[in-house]
Amino acid sequence: MEKFTQLTGLVAPLDRVNVDTDQIIPKQFLKRIERTGFGEFAFFDWRYLEDGVENPDFILNQPKYRSASILVSGRNFGSGSSREHAPWALNEMGFRAIIAPSFADIFRNNCMQNGMLPVVLTQEEVDTVMGKALQRTGYEVTVDLENQTVTDGDGFEASFDLDPFRKNSLLKGLDDIGLTLELEGSIADFEASATGRA
Amino acid sequence: MPKTMFEKIWERHVVAEPEGQPTLVYIDLHLVHEVTSPQAFEGLRLAGRKVRRPELTISTVDHNVPTDETRTEEIKDPIARQQVETLRNNCKEFDITLYDVDSRAQGIVHVIGPEQGYTQPGMTIVCGDSHTSTHGAFGSLAFGIGTSEVEHVLATQTLRQRKPKTMEVRFNGELPPGVTAKDMILATIGRIGTAGGTGHVMEYTGEAIRNLSMEGRMTICNMSIEGGARAGMIAPDETTFEWMKGRKYVPQGADWDAAVEDWKTLATDEGAEFDTLVEIECSELEPYVSWGTNPGQVTTISGRVPNPADFSDAADQASADSALEYMGLEANTPIEDISLDRVFIGSCTNARLEDLRRAAAVVKGHHVAGAVRAQVMPGSTLTKIQAEAEGLDDVFKEAGFEWRESGCSMCLGMNPDILTPGERCASTSNRNFEGRQGKGGRTHLVSPEMAAAAAVAGHFTDVRDWDFKR
Repeated sequence: MEKFTQLTGLVAPLDRVNVDTDQIIPKQFLKRIERTGFGEFAFFDWRYLEDGVENPDFILNQPKYRSASILVSGRNFGSGSSREHAPWALNEMGFRAIIAPSFADIFRNNCMQNGMLPVVLTQEEVDTVMGKALQRTGYEVTVDLENQTVTDGDGFEASFDLDPFRKNSLLKGLDDIGLTLELEGSIADFEASATGRA
Repeated sequence: MPKTMFEKIWERHVVAEPEGQPTLVYIDLHLVHEVTSPQAFEGLRLAGRKVRRPELTISTVDHNVPTDETRTEEIKDPIARQQVETLRNNCKEFDITLYDVDSRAQGIVHVIGPEQGYTQPGMTIVCGDSHTSTHGAFGSLAFGIGTSEVEHVLATQTLRQRKPKTMEVRFNGELPPGVTAKDMILATIGRIGTAGGTGHVMEYTGEAIRNLSMEGRMTICNMSIEGGARAGMIAPDETTFEWMKGRKYVPQGADWDAAVEDWKTLATDEGAEFDTLVEIECSELEPYVSWGTNPGQVTTISGRVPNPADFSDAADQASADSALEYMGLEANTPIEDISLDRVFIGSCTNARLEDLRRAAAVVKGHHVAGAVRAQVMPGSTLTKIQAEAEGLDDVFKEAGFEWRESGCSMCLGMNPDILTPGERCASTSNRNFEGRQGKGGRTHLVSPEMAAAAAVAGHFTDVRDWDFKR
């Protein structure tokens, strides 16, 4: 897995609540058997017009947000299905961190399996970042995983919580499976026990 | 100390609790389908790993398969075909049971697990699919996972999990006539919102839950994820055991009796505490219809499309505004005035035998309204066979419904069954997200009875006033 340590990047605002996984990557693009090739289809129904041309009204199509690596959005981001294609698509679109007041559980897990950081800030803090990203061109924040902070050049500073195990995995780019296989003995013991056999 | 059912099942499955790490939880049953598994199997191959317990892993094809007579031929869409063929090859390579499109046991993964008797009380069950919560209806801990976690379970038969919080959703009183399990869960989501259960495992309790059939309980647990909870569960009881007994993969003979005795100990102890309590008064429930683009945006059949200006929260207002625009609805329109182009009876929420019986009872002796295209996609091939043995297919066909093959179908439209832009559909499925059933399609979530009645009337109508014909 790719490491996540510190990221300074342009912020793109998606000022909606409950952005669901069907919007992030619609179902017709879930048929690939690879982990790649989803980026161009992210937010497909919002991003493109009927004839396949980019929709100029969709905010992420604006030139000033093109190179953004941090997405800020409303509460309950990533609700809906378990499709890991959603973080894969966002990652390929260039987003490594997503800031929101809350995330759906499965989406949040899926992000962290892919070296991406879901950052939970308070509604007020999200409103601040969202407001600046909407108003300015070139608005950047720094997401620092080690210190668990989000800061900008104006002196804005917010801290966020994260499971220490997930934090360590992200910082070092560790995959879960390798770590779990170190506990192979415990798994075998469990399987041999009465509960394991039941 | 008194324990909740969730705590009891959790404790039975703790493999290890390494310092500073999430608990390693053993998984008893892993369900696999074609969409969320190919990258997981590829990961195993790249790392030279095996499937640890292939005999605890069951797979089927459901998301991509056509529901017309061409389904046993090659799938026309080359990318969908490749995905289905990849699952076939992976199951062969890793020695996993596959219920393929020509099997009697094929069907939507959350229908066939219980139907075949794989789903049992006290189990931990996962699948790369958020509606895995369905299996909690049997008193199991069942939840959806992403593809990386699918790979983790394939390789280790475990998952790393922080213990979630618990929420009791208590239904007080008796369910009024004509109100169904679907209405109970839509009302719940309408109350708590689509993130109300985030971070929680829900347990549904109360007399109305006890009185529900297993199909009704599955409908409720299925939509736990629409309320934000990865898992929902209901304590097993005589209804559960009666439903399960004799199914192919449940314990048999003396093993069955021993299993039932054990399962009876799973129920939440008197006095056990939940982190959160939600209470729903059944006497206040009516048939529900969703009007918006998330499953929390619901109202009753006697209600009206809300006015976004009436929402106090600015984000809810904006969300309602954009939902009405997408749905092509005017504020204050009576729900009964909304007319329909399509009706879909299907999905892992509401396509089991009892759902089909209830819908058939409504349409019997009636005919689908002029311009409406109405379809039934049974939840599994076995369900279809059983329904046909009861003559339900004839009831639907005589009423002008299409009677089709099983699969996820138009719940998410990964196969050719989709809405065209602007089409309005009464759907027994679980999600009314924008574009879910086809780009520009407009989905209203309802019970099978309400969908059937809407097909006949051509618009939403209160099934409590229905003219049932014998």
